[in-house]
Amino acid sequence: MAKVKPRVKVPKKASVNEVVTIKTLISHPMESGQRKDKKTGETIPRKIINKFAASFNGEPVFMADIEPSVSANPYIEFQMRIPESGAVRFEWTDDDGSVYDMEKKITVA
Amino acid sequence: MKRTVSILAGGLLFGALSTAALADDGRELVIDGETIATTAVPADDHPLDELISGWRFRSAETQALQMDDFENPAFVAIEYAEELWETPAGKSNQSCADCHGDADNFTGLRTKLPRWNDEMGKPATMEMLINASIETHQGAEPWKWESAEMLAMTALIGLQSRGMPVAMKTDGPIADWVKKGEELYYTRVGLLNMACANCHEDNYGNMIRADHLSQGQINGFPVYRLKWGGLGSIHRRFKGCMDQVRAEPYKRGSDEFIALEAYVTSRGMGLSVETPSVRN
Amino acid sequence: MTVTRREALGLAVGGAAALTTLRFTAPAFAAGNAVEDAIVEFTGGAKPGSGDITIGAPEIAENGNTVPIEVSAPGAASIMLLAAGNPSPGVATFHFSALSGAQEAKTRIRLAKTQDIVAIAKMPDGSAIMTKRSVKVTIGGCGG
Repeated sequence: MAKVKPRVKVPKKASVNEVVTIKTLISHPMESGQRKDKKTGETIPRKIINKFAASFNGEPVFMADIEPSVSANPYIEFQMRIPESGAVRFEWTDDDGSVYDMEKKITVA
Repeated sequence: MKRTVSILAGGLLFGALSTAALADDGRELVIDGETIATTAVPADDHPLDELISGWRFRSAETQALQMDDFENPAFVAIEYAEELWETPAGKSNQSCADCHGDADNFTGLRTKLPRWNDEMGKPATMEMLINASIETHQGAEPWKWESAEMLAMTALIGLQSRGMPVAMKTDGPIADWVKKGEELYYTRVGLLNMACANCHEDNYGNMIRADHLSQGQINGFPVYRLKWGGLGSIHRRFKGCMDQVRAEPYKRGSDEFIALEAYVTSRGMGLSVETPSVRN
Repeated sequence: MTVTRREALGLAVGGAAALTTLRFTAPAFAAGNAVEDAIVEFTGGAKPGSGDITIGAPEIAENGNTVPIEVSAPGAASIMLLAAGNPSPGVATFHFSALSGAQEAKTRIRLAKTQDIVAIAKMPDGSAIMTKRSVKVTIGGCGG
């Protein structure tokens, strides 16, 4: 894709301490640093999402250190316990220092 | 040199290693609770006895990626297209939405393409219709055939017809183009001297080395290919096949590929639109 | 031209091998040492034993570019995934917290060839457990 775009799937509602599945995906080429430019023969520099972190109301939930062996458009799915109403915050860190983020609210009934 | 040899051997292999017809045992394609038919009964004069979506030839893991709109990585492009849809562009400073409303106003369009277009004097594919609108209505620069914008937009508009049967019109002025496409389909080309039909009609279901040959149906395009790590157009896939038989491929958007798209679409009449599909 | 099935197979295998080497000329495939080094660095020297840790992966991956993998180790603080046959073995390390609903994660990874996936879990008491799973990666007949 032309742009780096995150996507997440989070249920809008949960019951207290319910464990929910969180699915995340970010459009990113995950350039491994192993490939060569077909025309110039030069190695294409590595540029990947190297870190993913999820937090809930400021508390860490799940984190991943990511290497070039993760596929393009990295997909990460994990399980989370919902203690109360609040917002899940997602952050993806790029090799170039950019941070892409997103927030989703969950209401505890 | 060695690369050529491996492809050559691959070409010879599919006869030797023929196995069962399908990878699955009648698995059903269900997306969000909605079942999408992956087989269809062809017309009486059709060269095939049954029409089978490429989805049915794939492994369970690849199939699963298409069964959930979140896990399907093509949906990042769909979201991108939804933004483009609302973005004003060109001299008119109008967005797609300003004239066309919601994208679902194009429900059913994908099933009818390619469709004869008098102004163009040839069949119009989805890409051609989008660019015509960008140029004449928006007064903006057209998109490249394989650009992220074009792939995203063809995916979004195609998605509106998901589950509907392919039903293009094959009579009238488009008939000559379908016929021309048929000639191309059966014409052997390239160093390997192979026609589309040699793989996709004579050998579908057989293994070509470690890969399962499909019928080459195009009801799921643009497709997210794991190999590409992204979406690709019908013409990109045609070009890939021609490269593999060591032929000089036609260009994307060329009359030859438009004709071939028209004919191959007509071979899949009745199969469901699966846009955006996922393949290996 | 007549080519016997055996010759054709030989050609195909030879060609496939040539393709693989061509694509990954720069660094050699990760040696066993790189895997061991990564494990030592992750566990801080604790020798991983066996335990309740599982890897879910297809037996045969249709395309090495995108192979779905899941890993689970109940009670773990973190889990490291390695692809022993990739140019560099690191894949990802997942860290869990009190808000984790389960010590498991799913992702999609690149595998350069048929190889073992290794998962090592670090437990809160400093011990480590490990498991392996082999995934076959096929070289497709058609590119495009």
